[in-house]
Amino acid sequence: MNHLFLDNSLWRNIYCVLAGESAECAARDYSSGFLPGGMEWLAFLLAAAAIIGIVINAVLGGVIVLIWGERRLFGRFQSRTGPNRWGPFGTLTSVADAVKTMFKEDLVPAEADRILFNLAPVLIAAPALLVFSVIPFGVGTYVADLNVGVLFIMAVTSLTTLAVLTAAWSSANRIAILSALRSVALLISYEIPMALALVGVIMLAGSMALGDIIAAQGIPFILVQPLGFFVFFIAAMAEMARAPFDLTEAESELAAGYLNDYASMKFGLFFLAEFMAELSTSAIVTTLFLSGWKGFDPIPSHFWFAAKLIAVLFVIIWFRMTLPRLRVDQVLKFAWKGLFELTMINIIVTAVLIAIWPQPTTGQLWIMAAINWPVAIISIWGVSKLLGTPAYENSQPSADAPTYPVASESIPAASVLGADKGGD
Amino acid sequence: MFEDYFRQYALLIIFAAAAVTVPIGMLTMSYLAQFIKVRPSRPTAVKESAYEGGMPPFSSRPARFNFRYYYYALLFVVFDVETVFLFPWAVKYGVMSQQFGFAALGAVFIFLIVVTVGYAYAWRKQALEWVTNDDRS
Repeated sequence: MNHLFLDNSLWRNIYCVLAGESAECAARDYSSGFLPGGMEWLAFLLAAAAIIGIVINAVLGGVIVLIWGERRLFGRFQSRTGPNRWGPFGTLTSVADAVKTMFKEDLVPAEADRILFNLAPVLIAAPALLVFSVIPFGVGTYVADLNVGVLFIMAVTSLTTLAVLTAAWSSANRIAILSALRSVALLISYEIPMALALVGVIMLAGSMALGDIIAAQGIPFILVQPLGFFVFFIAAMAEMARAPFDLTEAESELAAGYLNDYASMKFGLFFLAEFMAELSTSAIVTTLFLSGWKGFDPIPSHFWFAAKLIAVLFVIIWFRMTLPRLRVDQVLKFAWKGLFELTMINIIVTAVLIAIWPQPTTGQLWIMAAINWPVAIISIWGVSKLLGTPAYENSQPSADAPTYPVASESIPAASVLGADKGGD
Repeated sequence: MFEDYFRQYALLIIFAAAAVTVPIGMLTMSYLAQFIKVRPSRPTAVKESAYEGGMPPFSSRPARFNFRYYYYALLFVVFDVETVFLFPWAVKYGVMSQQFGFAALGAVFIFLIVVTVGYAYAWRKQALEWVTNDDRS
């Protein structure tokens, strides 16, 4: 089933160093462990604490670096410098932010439901951390390689919906409730294309375990499943509720949405969860579509994973800086009428291709890629024709449009455009 | 084999416990800072009122909202169940099509056609749109 777990897991190595004489480690080099026989349960707990401590600390440290990097990149995208005061290149800015957030005054609204109000930040931060338990960061570096890994990720990330609704309802704020309802509509709408886009990947790999999916990627699945990648990437950006899908906390309409009444570390946890979601989304995209930690040899697998992760993060930040926010009706129409159809096309085309070549080899994957790319381009073009309204449809008045008495003669067109301000 | 299977879930439960403990620990640290006078705590009536853009809040909890959210919830249930059916099929599809050829494809085609008919019905009834034509009149 999960041969990687048996052979090569980091957890297993730590376990065997501690409890070398147990039956599971008989085939290994460790002749004797640090702990005496019969203490396997302690070795289990210590090894679990070690690997889980590594993963959680890596994620929290990654968030600190990500916040700094994202703000620096925002600066570059907007032709300014970004944070550059604290530490070299402003690297300590997000550390200072974390400390400041922790020591801010904590306010709870008088009308709030106190238990739920305090529960919501935990409810949003815990699933965001829990996603990292199934992600392979390198060869054998994972906490658990579940055989239902993809399903686990979908289940855990959908808990965000619950946390958002809890936060809004408990803070007894109308703006927060409006924001949370929008957010729930957005999250549940994009969850369906997100899940269906992964059906193609699961079909190709024949497994939901992330280790098996990486092993099945003779070539990265972004080449074989362009349509699946397109839909998954957009839906995952919507699930993160970031620009261009940040209508849940649209500053100009809803102040900060469901974060409205949160202060201090409770707000900090929402913020943390948002950035952890960004990290985990990039990690999932890397694992499922960019062949995870695979790469060529002299460079270790963890560096490959990190490099691909940073590339995906860069694209997400680039999208956020480039695209304006969508309206709620546009967002929902796009999910239900656009992405859903694209996923159905993807499933049918991939199913037909796999019926022709079951258990595809690398060469057959290349043929599938050659077929899938034209299908992807044609179907994206078709859906954009179906959904999109042509820009500036009414810029030219039609023949039967009503004419107004103050016509163009009264104002010369040249002066309106400022053409007579002197030429250079 | 089975031991490994359950061991993974044991690891997962420990991870889940840690994932709950970390945010609670952060909140507790922030709370304890109040007692060493690092974190201020001077609540007033204005600070404790709900924030509605700076104005005094003019009503409390039960906000009215658009009934169309209900349609999306229903549609979500329908199509999420479809996803649940498709995932196990997708896992074993390669093996099935090796054994049965195009019969495995035909079986799921029937399912997808039924789903597509429902989808087309929802589209036709304008359940997928935020503002229907009736609202615009």
